[in-house]
Amino acid sequence: MEQGRTTRGEPPLLKVEGVAKSFPGVKALQDMHLELRRGEVLALVGENGAGKSTLMKLLSGIYTADEGQFFLNGEPLEVTGPKQAQELGISVIHQEFNLMPDLTVAQNIFIGREPRGGSFFLNERALNRRAHELIERLHLPLEPKQVVGNLTVAKQQMVEIAKALAYDAKVLIMDEPTAALNDAEVAVLHDLIRRFVQPDTGVIYISHRMDELKVISDRVTVIRDGRYVDTLDTRATSMKEVIARMVGREITSEARPVGVKADREVLLSVSGLNTKALLKDVSFELHAGEILGFAGLMGAGRTEVARALVGADKLESGTITLRGKQVHISNPADAAKHRIGYLSEDRKQFGLLLEQEVNANIGLSSLRELFQSFGFMKDRAMRNKSKEYVSTLSIKTPSVAQIAKNLSGGNQQKVVIAKWLVKDCDILIFDEPTRGIDVGAKEEIYKLLNELAQQGKSIIMISSELPEVLRMSHRIAVMSEGRITGLLSADEASQERVMHYATLRPDENPEDAVELGLDEPALIGTPSATKAGEQ
Amino acid sequence: MTTSTVPPQQEEQQPAAVALGATLRDRLQQFLAFASLIVIFAFFSVASPNFLNYTNVTAILFSTVVIGTLALGTTFVIITGGIDLSIGTGMALCAVISGVLIVNAGLPVPLGVLGAVLFGGLIGLINGVNIALLKLPPFIATLAMMLVAQGLALVISKSTPIYFTDSPSYVKISTGHLIPGLNLPNAVIILAVLAVVAGVLLNKTILGRYTYSIGSNEEATALSGINVRTWKIIIYTLAGLFIGLAGVLISARLGSAQPATGTGYELQAIAAVVIGGTSLAGGKGSIVGTVIGALIISVLNNGLQIMSIPQEWQNVILGCVILVAVYADMARKRAA
Repeated sequence: MEQGRTTRGEPPLLKVEGVAKSFPGVKALQDMHLELRRGEVLALVGENGAGKSTLMKLLSGIYTADEGQFFLNGEPLEVTGPKQAQELGISVIHQEFNLMPDLTVAQNIFIGREPRGGSFFLNERALNRRAHELIERLHLPLEPKQVVGNLTVAKQQMVEIAKALAYDAKVLIMDEPTAALNDAEVAVLHDLIRRFVQPDTGVIYISHRMDELKVISDRVTVIRDGRYVDTLDTRATSMKEVIARMVGREITSEARPVGVKADREVLLSVSGLNTKALLKDVSFELHAGEILGFAGLMGAGRTEVARALVGADKLESGTITLRGKQVHISNPADAAKHRIGYLSEDRKQFGLLLEQEVNANIGLSSLRELFQSFGFMKDRAMRNKSKEYVSTLSIKTPSVAQIAKNLSGGNQQKVVIAKWLVKDCDILIFDEPTRGIDVGAKEEIYKLLNELAQQGKSIIMISSELPEVLRMSHRIAVMSEGRITGLLSADEASQERVMHYATLRPDENPEDAVELGLDEPALIGTPSATKAGEQ
Repeated sequence: MTTSTVPPQQEEQQPAAVALGATLRDRLQQFLAFASLIVIFAFFSVASPNFLNYTNVTAILFSTVVIGTLALGTTFVIITGGIDLSIGTGMALCAVISGVLIVNAGLPVPLGVLGAVLFGGLIGLINGVNIALLKLPPFIATLAMMLVAQGLALVISKSTPIYFTDSPSYVKISTGHLIPGLNLPNAVIILAVLAVVAGVLLNKTILGRYTYSIGSNEEATALSGINVRTWKIIIYTLAGLFIGLAGVLISARLGSAQPATGTGYELQAIAAVVIGGTSLAGGKGSIVGTVIGALIISVLNNGLQIMSIPQEWQNVILGCVILVAVYADMARKRAA
């Protein structure tokens, strides 16, 4: 990556000059600048709505710029469509994967450019062979004939990358490539990026994860409200500085959990939870006013715990005791009746009625109890209640009649929170509460979670972002392979310790442990034993 | 099949097993449909002494032809995530066109057939343009076309059937016996050929690949640089050509073009596709499945008839079979 600085006098690989793009009512980009040098990874950061996606869509030919110019290797560049962009060597990996889940890995990689016999017939043999060669060359853990829909998110991401690199890409643009990856997978991805970067190629890397930029990028370009702000040398700058430029103010990100109190009453007690799919002997307690963090690698079973709690997955054995009484929760509606609210990691699919008003979303779960009489809707009551929550949670929306999909990610999340608060839930399960939410809005969600806990609500927070778990949780349950391998209090928790338990295999043999790079393979965790366990 | 294209020394043990498992699962779906076909067939063979004989089995195959032909074209449309409701009345309209060209205008039979098939293509082309360019939902676009075709068939024929009495060679298209000594109507052979053509198109050509691709994720397909609009128009036009073929086959079989028929065929054809395991959500499906689905429907119709079960009850049973078939398919996917 040092080569980037040795190119004397040569034009930059990609240059964006004075580009503007408007949509009806919105100026998405104004006087935008960007310069990608040869052989570098340039991070592009900005809050949601700052214009990153618009810029990407201009570069990939999905939109056409109103003003300004693009240059590739010093030559003026006019992109007319996604395919032409790829043929010019610009490959874009969008945040929403552009994959066909029913097709195989090979079929996805070469879609639109299938090896053919004649012009109409497919040559499946050549297709699979070429896919195999590409996968080998990139060292990807994929098989040409695997059906993409059956792959994990991380592997689907790799299919996307293989697809992009199947074209002889010179400029690779990645939008939030690690949003759904765990740390180990991120490392694999970064390795792939480093191998891709050559003296004649470059990467534009869009991310919300500040810690990553330090690891992978050479320079950071910050944009805000559709305008260019600054470009900084990653090594010579601190992430605080970058964030300050992004949001236009400083953020205290080294905050610690607030209001930690011992001896609060136990609201929920789970013991010996087993499910057919994954969970093994999961036991924990949740106190009133507590934020209990759930950490672990992807697939460790964190979401499954939530699903089992709200009755979305069937229990094989185990008991759930709620407010001192053993309860049987057979489906999410049951859970809601017991005033347990589950906020899915996939807000857009499971949390919101995207096409409906904010108002309708907030009232949804409480329609029967609060907002109807004899089957007729009490619209005014619902609107008033919604207005109340829009103001207490400071949801930024022009009115409660706004359609939910028009809100930003952070405000959408607040709408979902409001829905469960109206329902008077006192146990809230957050699955990745800040996924896809920009840095500024994240802080607001954190603040809100702290306030809720202080009001006595109990919160289970599942998160893949370790810093988030560490700063928010009063206690942290660390999971690995369907078991809780460690239960840490806020003072004993550290990044290293959580990772230690997260990579612990509950019934591991020594050889596997060496592969994982663990120092002490003998340490086998059970919740009670690991509390005392030291590194 | 799974392992032959990759050099063995590079093949790892576990992924090969996984790929093989996936292939087996795909095969299982067709196997299930096929197994139900066998079970239903066996049931009627035992239940009625008049069911299992050469004449009746030929009759079953013969009665599969029209539904089967329509279902083949519709399979492509449904795999893209679309639907085509115009195939039934469209077929009646194509039959009328065939009658007009051959009987009224006196064109030679091959030209008349070509005209009718191309007219079917035109119906599909209009559907495709409405759906791909004007962005009408497939359900609405083809529902409208269904009504238009129904009306036009009556208008053009002045609401009277057109008889092919003077064109015996036309009638032979369906009822003749091309293979001497084998008492198999030509229509059955034509259906078999059409099924093979459809299978090749779906599995071996870029048309088929893009059909699956569009149904699997239309936006991603477009972003991959594929002209989704053009391909959708082509796919609906292809389905239209099958409508035209079905129009020829049914009128040749009846010896007349019946303008008032056609309604109901679209649902039977869609039922055949769905029983065959093609997902209405798009992305999944197969020609083999569709052929099996069409056979299940005609075996049921025939068997129930032979057992003297009234027509009304036959529909009730067919409806239940569709429910069971789709439920079984979904249960299998959940388990997988």
